Amino acid sequence: MVDLKVDMGRGLVLANPVMPASGTFAEGLAKVVDLNGLGALVTKTITAELRGGNPTPRVAEVGNGMLNSIGIPSKGIDQFLDEALPFYRRFSSPLIVSISAPTVDDFGRAAARLNVEGIAGIEANISCPNIEEDGKAFAMRPQTTEQAVSAMRKVTDLPLWAKLTPNTGDIASVARAAEAAGADGLVVANTILAMTIDIETMRPTLGNVMGGLSGPAVKPIALRMTYQCARAVDIPVIGCGGIASAEDAVEFLLAGARAVQVGTATFTRPGTMDEVIAGITEYCRRKGFNAVAELGAALNADMLAPDVMEAAQ
Amino acid sequence: MRQIDNADVTPGSGGFAAQVADTVARVVSNDWVNAEYKLIVLDAPGLAASAEAGQFFNIECPVVGEDKPFFRRPMSTYAADPETGRVEFLYKVAGAGTRGLASLISGGTTRILGPLGVGFTLPDDVRSIVVLGRGVGLATLAPLAEMARDRGVAVTAIVSARGPEQILSVERFRAAGAKVEIVLDSDGTSAMTNVEAILRRLHAEGRADGFYTCGSNRLMLLMQKLAAELDVFGEVAMEQQMACGLGMCFCCVRNFTVEGETISKRVCWDGPVFALSEATSW
Ligand SMILES: Cc1cc2nc3c(=O)[nH]c(=O)nc-3n(C[C@H](O)[C@H](O)[C@H](O)COP(=O)(O)OP(=O)(O)OC[C@H]3O[C@@H](n4cnc5c(N)ncnc54)[C@H](O)[C@@H]3O)c2cc1C
Ligand SMILES: Cc1cc2nc3c(=O)[nH]c(=O)nc-3n(C[C@H](O)[C@H](O)[C@H](O)COP(=O)(O)O)c2cc1C
Ligand code: FES
Repeated sequence: MVDLKVDMGRGLVLANPVMPASGTFAEGLAKVVDLNGLGALVTKTITAELRGGNPTPRVAEVGNGMLNSIGIPSKGIDQFLDEALPFYRRFSSPLIVSISAPTVDDFGRAAARLNVEGIAGIEANISCPNIEEDGKAFAMRPQTTEQAVSAMRKVTDLPLWAKLTPNTGDIASVARAAEAAGADGLVVANTILAMTIDIETMRPTLGNVMGGLSGPAVKPIALRMTYQCARAVDIPVIGCGGIASAEDAVEFLLAGARAVQVGTATFTRPGTMDEVIAGITEYCRRKGFNAVAELGAALNADMLAPDVMEAAQ
Repeated sequence: MRQIDNADVTPGSGGFAAQVADTVARVVSNDWVNAEYKLIVLDAPGLAASAEAGQFFNIECPVVGEDKPFFRRPMSTYAADPETGRVEFLYKVAGAGTRGLASLISGGTTRILGPLGVGFTLPDDVRSIVVLGRGVGLATLAPLAEMARDRGVAVTAIVSARGPEQILSVERFRAAGAKVEIVLDSDGTSAMTNVEAILRRLHAEGRADGFYTCGSNRLMLLMQKLAAELDVFGEVAMEQQMACGLGMCFCCVRNFTVEGETISKRVCWDGPVFALSEATSW
């Protein structure tokens, strides 16, 4: 029997290291997959304010991946607590609520409202625009990351994960800032800002012009960032980006991730997370690991000088 | 459908009963029905074959050469029979995804996720219906004619097409006992004024307690106007680009008018069949 449990700190232990990525999971998956089998459930990002989301087309196919400009349509925190939370409480998997906000103070206010039974943790989507800083994402810079995470840490004792953006020059510094401000974990990472143009209509393919790239196409970048962050901090890192198979997930675990999130792959294969859990177990068996948690220290990378890798940026 | 046995890693999975299956379906046949459309017949027993009229599937389309469809493609159930385990789709070969689908040969397999979405409803007091469709919309409406027949509801199908070669599903409608009226661009009978006259006549004759439409914005707007004026129950099946088909990604939204307010709904989750009165022009 392979021990799949992973300790995420602050008392949160997951039955296995596999969970959905925010915005790629909702109630509908419960019709196809047994949600009790997942390590955790992570909601679509919610905001305190009501938001409408972006114009259509909101998605486009690109090579081996997709672009999205869904935005964060949100019916607000009250609606979430009244309607969505009771649904998720029916499942045994811990519920992580993803939140976002336009200012540092709003992050604090949103986090404070989630000290509610049935919520096991907070994932702060700090990859969103900070309206006090010219719309630059909080997680683009260490200082704004630190401010947002501190504001939440002051008001909550729940496990608090910061979800980082790959759209930054120095993700290791951002990771350290989040850790210093009291984050219990890091999700690495969100989508990569991108665009496509339809050369026949000569228009951007997305209604919003730019969007986020996800899916297998981003995996090597997300993996590299996971590796850099895992080396930079002591808190758990949750790898995310392009994971579509158990092999992909194992790469992230070997790169130092304590757990993984599966996003886009669930759209094309709704059973992916089940397959990833089964495949990780099989891999551990085959390689003689008794516990999935052992993978984090198993990478043979002594030959690599991390500084050289950072310098290559 | 759970493809893998992971009982040892999913405590508590004992009581799980899927409502939607990702079925590995085997191709029975995949033939052209006219110059643009193919009919694919799949062996897909279990949940898939229980699909109801108006529900759809999200279909994995093979990669062929330069065509690399990343998302699945949504297709309405053209037929589903729980007894034979057969599921059929009538589709227009349009772009990368449907070209891939067209490449499947009998004996091959592909995954179909479904049944998805909310199908058509036939309220008890609706005793006769008119289905009005064009193009792929007719594929969506065909199973509704059979559902109506099974409930003893009379059906008139108005089939709109560019010309005689593009007429679809007429045999299906006739076999379901529907009266069929064909209107064409080529002889001018598909003009809105003529279609409106037909609808008004059917209503006057007591053959239209329910209006159902799919496949044309103009026909939808016409039916919507008449349904409001004549106080007729109505539904419309909508299309929108989709990724997940399960209500998770919010890419398939459209605007609807509900009690005077504009509301965004997910076509895959809240629909694809909606109250005709709530639809807005697309
Ligand atoms: C609920 C539903 C039921 C449908 N039922 C049928 C059916 O029974 N028969 C049939 O022929 N077609 C049906 N369609 C339309 C069908 O999904 C599209 O024709 C198909 O996705 C085109 O894919 P493509 O790669 O060939 O074309 P491309 O134009 O290359 O597709 C590019 C992208 O746009 C999307 N797209 C293009 N046209 C449509 C469209 N009309 N609706 C939604 N997405 C679109 C594709 O899915 C893809 O993501 C249905 C659509 C929906 C939403
Ligand atoms: C349609 C879509 C919606 C998303 N919405 C959110 C969101 O609301 N909040 C968030 O933090 N990330 C969101 N993401 C990003 C994913 O959680 C994930 O970080 C990213 O897609 C990379 O993982 P993947 O390649 O496995 O999809 C979204 C991604 C997609 C494709
Ligand atoms: S297709 Fe994903 S929400 Fe409708």
